[in-house]
Amino acid sequence: MSIIADPVPELVERGPGRFDFLRRALFGRPATIVAVGIIAAFVVIAALAPILAPYDPLTQSMLRINKPPSWQNWLGTDQFGRDVLSRMIYGSRNSLLFGLISPFLAAIFGTTLGVIAGYFGGIIDRVISRVVDLLLAFPELLLAIMIAAVLGGGFWNVIVVITVAFIPGFARVARAQTLSVKQDPYVEAAIAIGVRTPVIIFRHIVPNIMAPIIVLMMLWVASAIRLEASLSFLGIGTQAPNPSWGNIIRDGLNNLFGSPWPIIGAGAAITLVVLAFNLIGDAVRDALDPSTVQ
Amino acid sequence: MGRYLLIRLADAIPTIFLVLLLVFIAMRILPGDPAIAALGDMATAEQLQMFREKMGLNAPLWMQFINFVWGVLTLNMGTSMMSNQSVVGLVLYNLPYTIELTLVAMLMGLTAGVPLGVLAATHRNKLPDSGVRVFSLIGYAVPDFYLGALLLIVFALNLHWFPINGGGEGFVDRMYHVFLPALTLAMVKAAFIGRLTRTSLLEVLSKDYIRTARAKGAKENRVIYRHGLRNALLPLTTGLGLSLLATLSGSVAIEMVFNRPGIGKLLIGAIAERDYAVIQGGVVVFAMFVVVINLLMDLLYIVVDPRIRVNS
Repeated sequence: MSIIADPVPELVERGPGRFDFLRRALFGRPATIVAVGIIAAFVVIAALAPILAPYDPLTQSMLRINKPPSWQNWLGTDQFGRDVLSRMIYGSRNSLLFGLISPFLAAIFGTTLGVIAGYFGGIIDRVISRVVDLLLAFPELLLAIMIAAVLGGGFWNVIVVITVAFIPGFARVARAQTLSVKQDPYVEAAIAIGVRTPVIIFRHIVPNIMAPIIVLMMLWVASAIRLEASLSFLGIGTQAPNPSWGNIIRDGLNNLFGSPWPIIGAGAAITLVVLAFNLIGDAVRDALDPSTVQ
Repeated sequence: MGRYLLIRLADAIPTIFLVLLLVFIAMRILPGDPAIAALGDMATAEQLQMFREKMGLNAPLWMQFINFVWGVLTLNMGTSMMSNQSVVGLVLYNLPYTIELTLVAMLMGLTAGVPLGVLAATHRNKLPDSGVRVFSLIGYAVPDFYLGALLLIVFALNLHWFPINGGGEGFVDRMYHVFLPALTLAMVKAAFIGRLTRTSLLEVLSKDYIRTARAKGAKENRVIYRHGLRNALLPLTTGLGLSLLATLSGSVAIEMVFNRPGIGKLLIGAIAERDYAVIQGGVVVFAMFVVVINLLMDLLYIVVDPRIRVNS
């Protein structure tokens, strides 16, 4: 029998990783698990749209205009005789795509701006901060409408619009985080031993400010989906005849006397997905910062 | 107080200048040629040239910017290509409808939201609290234009209680027309304000002076409203500014749903018709709204919390 005791188990076990809070948050509360389930269902629907949709979302038919829900058309048909359910199933692709891509892109650009401002300081910081502060005074929706007014609709423009509307928020958080991380001894040490600036930024600073950025990203997925819906509803987002939940409601409003079902169905889908993403976003934020739990 | 006011007002000037610069950059540089954007790909070289001449787009950029700022300052922002009316005239006609909608919606939202928040905070983790929480979760998720469309279908189209579209004539008729659109925005608002009031009041109610007030035998109502809610108002004031701006952005879609006149409808209509001068005018008006509302909120802040005057 060895006189050296087995290593204390706690020391051998891996400590909590930097992103363990995500797992804890996603599967911590029953409501959040339901929300994750809803999102998963919509992701499957979007991915398998060509298989799941009973009809082509663009095929028009003069023979079945404004039909109420039936066994053939679960949510009825619109003023062009297109199947509403099929349009909603295809529309989910646009909503989820914009909802996920835009916050991600905004996180990249916003974080870059914020880190540059926070790390270099001086005149660079003053210019970036001034513009960011100014843009932060605008609600995202208003900013998005104003930019879309200038750019017009279409796939790439919508991505640009939503991304730009979110950049200031990421920049502010990234700047504040960078200012605090910059004071840490390991950054000072890295500067002292002459590590090159890009390496300091990407190796030492960026990984250490990622947690709040990821939380912000998750919080804004819901906002991005709402934004895309609003822009498409206003006619400056996803362009007809390409379906999106927002422009299905737009078409429905022009056909109010024909059938209310497109509005009811598409609106319910937006509400459900945004609600689910909000629940997840809140849970992730609470897991990272328990002081926000009331 | 006077000094703080002056500093704050002086600070608004470069802000306005910067806003105008950003609008200018967005309008002139980002999307390529505004002449092509306005006239379409099919326009002849001659038409494009005439458009550029008329809009002053042949001048150097710095000159264009000065003209643009001067135009905003002197309230001369060109004429609409579609209706041939002056942009400022169009804005002035539509502005009251948007302001009316936003203010009525805010008022309704506050009237419903603050009591909801107080109810939730005083019944923490009981049934009313859960009810308010569910209400605010849904309020955060439901798109305002969807809610508006539902209200329109039920109360205007089917029950005929309210008009389907338009802004109305005269005070009573206008209030009648604004009710349903304002209610739509107010329901979303009440969710936000209710949650904010709850959080803020809960924090205040855990303070020592609340315990003191209770210990000296003050009635519960007096503790909540006199000692609690008054102090919970401060964070609510900041929320109010954000909320006012959010309501304003929401008004764009709501004006489309209820087919009401307003700045949002003017702007969206101009985008569809590529009416360049009107788009620019609409964007400037919204930008000015943001600057002015932020300024007003700062001023309201010093009224609500006099300590800020002393510290600045």
